[in-house]
Amino acid sequence: MAEMRIGSDAVTRSAAASLLSVRDLQVEFTTAAGVARALDGVSFDVSPGETLAILGESGSGKSVTGQAVMALLPKPAGSIVGGSIVYDGLDLTARPVKDVRKLCATEIAMVFQDPLSSLNPVFQVGYQVAEPFRRRLGMGKREAWGKALELLKRVGIPDAETRIGDYPHQFSGGQRQRIMIAMAIALEPRLLIADEPTTALDVTVQKQIIALLADLQAETGMAMILISHDLGVVAQVAERAAIMYAGRIVETGPIREVYDRPAHPYTRGLLDSIPSAAEIGGRLTPIVGSPPNLLALPSGCSFNPRCPFATDRCRTKVPALRQPASRGSDHAAGCHYSEEVLADA
Amino acid sequence: MLGYVVRRLLLAIFVLWGVATVVFIIVRMVPADPALLIAGQTATPEQVASLRQQMGLDRPLTAQYVQYLGQAVTGDFGNSYTHNVPAVYLIGQVLPNTALLAVLACTLAIVVSIPLGVLAALQVNRIGDRLVTTVSLIIQALPGFWIGVVMLLVFSRSLKWLPSAGLVGAQSLILPTIVLALPFIAILTRLTRSGLIEVNGEGYINTARAKGLGELTVVFPHAIRNALIPIVTVIGLQFGTLLGGAVVTETVFSFPGIGKLLVSSIQLRDYNVLQASVLVIAATFVIVNLLVDLLYAYIDPRVRLSK
Amino acid sequence: MSADQAVITIAPSHARRLRATVSARILVPLVVIGILGIGAIVVPVLYNYDPLHADLLVRLKPPGTAMPDGSIAIFGTDKVGSDLFAEMMAGTRVSLIVGASTLLIAGIVGGILGLLAGYFGGWLDTALMRIADIQLAFPSILLAILLVSVLGQGILNVIIVLSISNWVIFARVIRSQVLGLKSLEYVEAARTLGASHFHIIFRTLLPGCIAPMLVIASVEFGYVVLAEAALSFLGVGAPFGTPSLGSTISTGTQYLASAWWISTIPGLLLLVLVLATGVLGDALRDRFDPRLRSA
Repeated sequence: MAEMRIGSDAVTRSAAASLLSVRDLQVEFTTAAGVARALDGVSFDVSPGETLAILGESGSGKSVTGQAVMALLPKPAGSIVGGSIVYDGLDLTARPVKDVRKLCATEIAMVFQDPLSSLNPVFQVGYQVAEPFRRRLGMGKREAWGKALELLKRVGIPDAETRIGDYPHQFSGGQRQRIMIAMAIALEPRLLIADEPTTALDVTVQKQIIALLADLQAETGMAMILISHDLGVVAQVAERAAIMYAGRIVETGPIREVYDRPAHPYTRGLLDSIPSAAEIGGRLTPIVGSPPNLLALPSGCSFNPRCPFATDRCRTKVPALRQPASRGSDHAAGCHYSEEVLADA
Repeated sequence: MLGYVVRRLLLAIFVLWGVATVVFIIVRMVPADPALLIAGQTATPEQVASLRQQMGLDRPLTAQYVQYLGQAVTGDFGNSYTHNVPAVYLIGQVLPNTALLAVLACTLAIVVSIPLGVLAALQVNRIGDRLVTTVSLIIQALPGFWIGVVMLLVFSRSLKWLPSAGLVGAQSLILPTIVLALPFIAILTRLTRSGLIEVNGEGYINTARAKGLGELTVVFPHAIRNALIPIVTVIGLQFGTLLGGAVVTETVFSFPGIGKLLVSSIQLRDYNVLQASVLVIAATFVIVNLLVDLLYAYIDPRVRLSK
Repeated sequence: MSADQAVITIAPSHARRLRATVSARILVPLVVIGILGIGAIVVPVLYNYDPLHADLLVRLKPPGTAMPDGSIAIFGTDKVGSDLFAEMMAGTRVSLIVGASTLLIAGIVGGILGLLAGYFGGWLDTALMRIADIQLAFPSILLAILLVSVLGQGILNVIIVLSISNWVIFARVIRSQVLGLKSLEYVEAARTLGASHFHIIFRTLLPGCIAPMLVIASVEFGYVVLAEAALSFLGVGAPFGTPSLGSTISTGTQYLASAWWISTIPGLLLLVLVLATGVLGDALRDRFDPRLRSA
């Protein structure tokens, strides 16, 4: 039996030490067409109790990051080819998939994008929520069922006593996502990775789910990685943001700073293309072009074909992640012209 | 669920009626006069005529049809021309043998093919998978009667391990069961494999993995239950092929079953027995499919819980 | 999978390689069937094969025996002294003729009915599908046996009977194909442009049905060949005097102890023929329509 840690226990440990530390992670997908580098030198840290938002368009590598941590990369196409994923002092990349999954079962949990397809249609939700207790803690059927009921109540399933025996298709989308969350927090993980948890839901339900996640986090003290393409949804709950583009983190920092003073043209483009209530009737500025093909990335900075600031330097040299002048030490952007971007605002 | 059951039941009754009607039409198309067949070559025209009257063959077709349907419902198919006992009696004697054979073959097929399909799906495109896929392709192309003959040649003629014909104890069941099960094994293995591969891409499989379940736990019960739903339907449909296969297999092994009875009734032009055995086989098939449909509904809560 | 997956396009080189393996799976079976087809026409003529001729002096000779006329019976001789190889190839001819004619008839009849049912819907569709339900309740070999027992033996009757038991598959698949095609924009477009029913069915819908028809035909070919052999084996298929692999195997069962080759070798040939069509069917299905898997 894997040792159990209680989430709140983690908070009392030194807050400075990060719970998850990803360094220079490289992930490749071997496809019929060639090798696609889905992640190229991704580094970030998550401290206990903290919420990190990973943001980006489709294909930027944000979901791959979550899959890599959980050893859920589709086999045999995807594999980690470099870098490290250190969780609580343990390098996950150096361990067999089996061990990582075992560890993740109790320590790191995941909530997926589409709650309908992520729940097994032919098992009662109670069975699925109780499964971690039975398989991981060796609990009896009755006891695990009781635990599952508690969890369903805690995530706000109305009438949980009778609904526990229902099947996924009998619930609404928001309720299904609540059930997914119940399943994820069953063993009180220290880290929760939520991969686009609200994308498949109605706008009003999105807010409820994010609020639920925030509540649970406050209660248990777990750390969270919120993966999303929607900058608005995560704004309330995340402390830090990492913006991804073409397999790289292009900007990272405290979420307010990143949103208020973006130092990368891509981040700015993303923010400009959000409709906001204040500017009704105003024009949205979309980012021109489309995300690059990972098999044929442009030379230099991957964003250069779509970037209004691009120069020849951008077309030849890949910019490193650095702290722009006049910004705080925790704000970094991967752009040769961050200062110009900031000044242009 | 109740609505579903009622719909299925009505459909089954309709299909049974259709089958009975088709059999009636086909048998009436027979060029030979059944009365003449029964009375024999030596009978006088008067004798044949009275026999025709006795059998109701002089009445209009619609009247014959109504009478026939009534008889079919009550299980009265008339006497065998050759044995002069009720056709149902003959069928009753051999039906349990065929049922035993079919159940054994079905069980064998399920027991062999599901693990093979799982094995193949767990290592797609690797050696084990290739082997399983190739072998099942070959098995599917095997002529059932021929492989039966070859097995007889090898196991009873040459090696003398097993009896060659008839039903003399449990050993007689071994070869017919295997021969009957072979095509079924091939199809089920391929379906289990493709079903699991398809299910493998589903989100809930990732969820199961994220819960830290081992690959085998991911397959049993998470993936298999979903993959089984379409397979169950195919098992039902293939049961018909199995019953058809029984006709050939029983002939090869001189196995006293309904298939052999059917073939000999054709050779003897014993139309009452022919008609009765065809109806019984078709009815069995319809009933098995009805049961399978109900089982299907039971395994899939999306059907079970719908109105 | 999430929407966040890498954007991947297939490079031409790999696509070509993929097509090459599929091509091999199409080409090899076609060559095998072609060789068997040519053999079926040529060999019986070369050997002067006559199914009614008996030469009891050389009956039941094992494979490789030198015959009085100087030839060598590579697969031995049968119970009346005919060369087994020639007899098998003559039987293959029957198999191929029955297979091709059955699929032609069943394909045309089933295809047209499926097109009409799918296109017009309504009572025609309902009636057709109910008939299909009833027929599917008959194990197809059973229906064939029943019909042949009424019609009498004969190659033509076997073709008719197997066509009757096969049209349903074509009708069903084409119907569902048409249902899918019907709502597509180019069909809608033809309708709004005022095309006649005839035009829509045969000019816009039919072309979309050719690929599934071909796939089913190649998958079913093996089953039809096996069914003919089974009928002949049971003694209700090819009549006396018409060589068929099924009847050759059947007569061979009487000589299992003394002449094993009569039953076993024709069976192997049958296996090769059916396997070739099976591989071809699978390959065509992968190539043209992956959705048709395991119908």
